[in-house]
Amino acid sequence: MNGLLPELPDGQVRAVLRAPAQALADPCSEVDPRDGSVVTLAADLLATQLLSPGCVGLAANQIGVSARVFSLDVTGHPKARTCHGRLVLVNPVVVTATRLERGREGCMSVPDLTGDVRRASRVTVTGLAPGTGDLITIQTDAFEARALQHEIDHLDGMLFLDRVAGAHALHARQVYL
Amino acid sequence: MTVLAVTVIGRDRPGIIAEATGVLGRLGGNLEDSTMTILRGHFAMVLVVSTDADMGAVEEALASMAEDGSLSVSVRAVPVEPTAQPAGPAYLLSVHGADRPGIVSTLTAVVAEAGGNITDLSTRLTGELYVLLAEVDLPAAADPDVLAQRLRDTAARLGVEVSLRPLDPDVL
Ligand SMILES: [Zn+2]
Repeated sequence: MNGLLPELPDGQVRAVLRAPAQALADPCSEVDPRDGSVVTLAADLLATQLLSPGCVGLAANQIGVSARVFSLDVTGHPKARTCHGRLVLVNPVVVTATRLERGREGCMSVPDLTGDVRRASRVTVTGLAPGTGDLITIQTDAFEARALQHEIDHLDGMLFLDRVAGAHALHARQVYL
Repeated sequence: MTVLAVTVIGRDRPGIIAEATGVLGRLGGNLEDSTMTILRGHFAMVLVVSTDADMGAVEEALASMAEDGSLSVSVRAVPVEPTAQPAGPAYLLSVHGADRPGIVSTLTAVVAEAGGNITDLSTRLTGELYVLLAEVDLPAAADPDVLAQRLRDTAARLGVEVSLRPLDPDVL
């Protein structure tokens, strides 16, 4: 047991789809968190995310699976305040979202661009744990809140490109450091 | 006092803005609005400048910038008119999908048909992904939901994704 995440098998690294892949534009279906395929999916998401430098989260449709499941880990991110460590949520829902803030975000599926996006900086998100189906409630802020909303947008078939703040809010991705 | 639009387009290099604005400054020009960007490596700038100098003098003073053929400079008078205030709220149109001919012309035609005026536009092509962002002023009489539906229908035919959202200003 690692924080909120039940023990998972070792996952396989999967290929990450890039826009304009159709799977990124289609809303994902709810799934049974106790289903074996969902546990495998959870492990694969984490394995893929871990191997991708700078990747803090991954939604199931980014690896071509239409299931409302994402992985997330903002540990050590400079913009993170509250941090719940390594997470996988099944059938996640944003329950409350307040205090809009503008921030820049990127996406593994849109590797050449970043965008300025207004998102809530305080959120409550619920979801189910893969394997056990236990209800998980996450109350968080800052970058973890932003990342949660970004991943849940993926599950609704949306990219940050649909949420940028203006005609000039997209930027060529800079390589930092 | 005349108001001139000065357009400079061509191969990018350091110093173009300094040269153009330096020439205009020496002619007593006053910069009003301006925009400049790099498009696929090409320098592109429009300056709106008010000046007592006549257009011919401005053209002549800027001509040296175009001498080596790497830049094209044009000057034209623009009528001085009060800026129209948008009648209704502003929206952001976002389109993304596989690149294909006609995305911009087809979707902006749908916006125009609804009386929407595009006030800012940028498009990007990265790999296979084409992205269009346009800020749209809609007349008060236009129904944004109807326009959004028409845009979705058109986008579906083009095989691209579209969204139309109110543009909320960040007031800090
Ligand atoms: Zn993403």
